[in-house]
Amino acid sequence: MDTFIQQIINGLVLGSIYALVALGYTMVYGILGLINFAHGEVVMIGALTALTVIKLLANSGLPGVVVVLLGLLAAIPACMALGFTIERVAYRPLRHAPRLAPLITAIGVSIVLQQLAMIFWGRSYHAFPPILPASGRDIGGAHIMDLQIVIVLLAAAIMAGLMLLINKTRLGRAMRATAENPQIAGLMGVNINAIISATFLIGSALAAVAGVMVSANYSIAHYHMGFILGLKAFTAAVLGGIGNLPGAMLGGVLLGLIESLGAGYVGDLTGGFLGSHYQDVFAFFVLILVLVFRPSGLMGEKVSERA
Amino acid sequence: MKTDKRKALLGMVLIGVALAVLPFLVGKGLGNSWVRVLDFALLYVMLALGLNIVVGFAGLLDLGYIAFYAVGAYLYALLASPHFGIHWPAWAILPFGAMVAAFFGILLGAPVLRLRGDYLAIVTLGFGEIIRIFINNLNAPVNITNGPQGISQIDPVRILNTPLSKPLDIFGLGVPSVYLYYYLFLLLALLVVFVSIRLEDSRIGRAWVAIREDEIAAKACGIDTRNVKLLAFAMGATFGGIAGGLFAAFQEFVSPESFGLMESIMVLCMVVLGGMGHIPGVILGGLLLAILPEALRHGAVPMQQAAFGKVLLDPESLRMLLFGLALIAVMLYRPAGLWPEARRKRELARPSPQPPSRGRG
Repeated sequence: MDTFIQQIINGLVLGSIYALVALGYTMVYGILGLINFAHGEVVMIGALTALTVIKLLANSGLPGVVVVLLGLLAAIPACMALGFTIERVAYRPLRHAPRLAPLITAIGVSIVLQQLAMIFWGRSYHAFPPILPASGRDIGGAHIMDLQIVIVLLAAAIMAGLMLLINKTRLGRAMRATAENPQIAGLMGVNINAIISATFLIGSALAAVAGVMVSANYSIAHYHMGFILGLKAFTAAVLGGIGNLPGAMLGGVLLGLIESLGAGYVGDLTGGFLGSHYQDVFAFFVLILVLVFRPSGLMGEKVSERA
Repeated sequence: MKTDKRKALLGMVLIGVALAVLPFLVGKGLGNSWVRVLDFALLYVMLALGLNIVVGFAGLLDLGYIAFYAVGAYLYALLASPHFGIHWPAWAILPFGAMVAAFFGILLGAPVLRLRGDYLAIVTLGFGEIIRIFINNLNAPVNITNGPQGISQIDPVRILNTPLSKPLDIFGLGVPSVYLYYYLFLLLALLVVFVSIRLEDSRIGRAWVAIREDEIAAKACGIDTRNVKLLAFAMGATFGGIAGGLFAAFQEFVSPESFGLMESIMVLCMVVLGGMGHIPGVILGGLLLAILPEALRHGAVPMQQAAFGKVLLDPESLRMLLFGLALIAVMLYRPAGLWPEARRKRELARPSPQPPSRGRG
C-alpha cells in the first residue's frame, strides 16, 4: 500500500512537470498546427541555465530558496529569447510551406540546440547543489518531500494563471481567435505575428519553469535530458487532445501517474519478466494506443482529418 | 535513337568499370580504412533508398526507420552466432530478415495509417525507441539480445564456402575483406537501386506519389490507400532489413547503440538533403553524408589544432551540429534538396497564381 501512495505522489510530481511542458506543445499546435519539436530542448536549456546560476550562487550565503528563484529568473528570459528566435528563424519563413518542412527544420533546431548545449555545458551530468531543505513528511507510510509539494502547487498555480490569461484577457482572446482561424483573426485587427511570438514566449517561459523543476526534483541535469522529456510531454498533449489546454494538463498528470504506477508494478504484473527499466516504453505505448483508438485525445475535438 | 542507346550503354559500362576499380584506387591512394568507409556508404545508400520509398514516394514521414535496420541486424546476429549456437547461412537469413522486417513494417503501419504528417512522425519515432529499449533490456530474465553488451562473433557472409571476412587469394593477389564486402554491397545496392527505379515507374509507385500529393484525390481515383501505404512501409522496411543483416555480417558485432534515434535522423537527412523522391538525389545524399563525416573526422581535428592549438569540437558533435544546420538551411533555401526531381523543380519554379508556397514536401 505504501508503494502505491508513493508512486501516486511521484506520478503527480512528474505529471505536473509534463503538464507544464505539454502546454507549450499544445499552445503552439493550437495556433500553428505545428509540433514544435525543439520544445524539449528549450526545457533542457532552461534547466542548465538555471543550474549554472544556482551553482554560482550556491556558496554565496543566500538562502537556498532565493538562489533557486534567482536561477529561475535567469532561465525564464533565456528560454523566452530562445523560443522567440526559434520561431523567427526556423518556423516563420516556412509558414506556408508543406507541413513536412517546418517539422524537419524543427528536428534540425533540436539537434543544433543539443549539440550547442553539449559544447557549452559538456557531456557530463550536472548535479543540483543540495541547497534546498530536504524536509518532508510521512503520509500513510509514504515519504513526501516538501519540494514535491511545492512543485505540484506551483505547477497548479501557473496553470490556473495561464487559464485566466487565455480566457479573460485581451491577449488571450486574440490567441483563441488566431487558433480558430488566423486569416479571419487578422482581418479583425489581430496582429497574427505578434500573437504567434507571444505564444512561443509563454510556452518557453513554462518550459523554463519545468526545466528547473525537473532538475531540482531529480537533482540532475544534462544536455540530453530535453529530448525524451519533450517526447513524453508531447504524448501527454496528445493524450489530452492536442490544441486543448485543459487537455494538456489532464494528459500530463495522467501520463505521470501511468508511468510511475507502471514502473512500480510492471515487475509484479509480468512475473518479473519486465522490470522498471521499461518505464520509458509506457509513454510510447500510451501514445500509440491513444492515436489508434482515440486520435482526438481525451478532451480534444476531431483532428484526425487534418493533414 | 540508336546512338542514344549506345551512349547510354557506354556510360553504364564506364560507370561499371569505375565502380569495380574504385576500391583498389581508394585503397592504394588513401588506405583500406577508406574502403571500409565506402562499404558503409553503400549500406547507407540502401537504407536511404528504403526510407525514400516511405518518405520520398509515399510522403509518410518515418522517424523510426532504423528500427527495421535493427530488426534485420539482430535477426542475423541471433541466427548466425554462438549466442544461441545457431549458424544459418547468410543466404537463408537475409531474405528471412527482409521478410521479418517487412512484417514489422506492417505492424507499425497498420495502427498509424489514419495518421498523417507530424503525428505519424512522432508515432514512428516512438516505435523506433520501443524497439531499441526492448533490444537493450531483453537480456533478463531470458537472455535473448544480450542487452547493452550486444552480440559478437557473428558469422561473416560466405560465398561458395569462402568467408568474406578473410582476404581472398586470387592469382597470387590478396584481396582484403573490405574489398570483398564492397563488391557484395555494391551488387546489392545496385539491386536496390534497380528495384527502386522499377517501383517508381510502376502502378504502385505512381499510387504512392498520388497519395503524397493528395490523399483524398488519390482515394477518389480508386487507389486503395490503406493497402498501398502498408506496402510502402513494408517495402521500405524490407530494404532496411537487408541492410541490417549485411551490417551485422560485416561488423560481426551488433549492439543497441547502433540503432539510436540519431541514426534514423541521419538516414532521413540523406533523403531530405539529396532530394526526396528522386533516386539519384537520394544516392548522392547517402554517399555525401556517409563520407563527409569521415572526411571531417580526418580533417577537423588537425585543422582545429592548427588554428586554436587544441581540439575545441570533437568530430562527432561537429558532425551532428552540421547535420542540424544543414537540415534547417536546406529546408529554408533549397526545400526540394540538393538534386531534386525535374518535375518538382518545375513545380517550384513555376509562378503560380496562388499565394507562393515555398517548396513541396
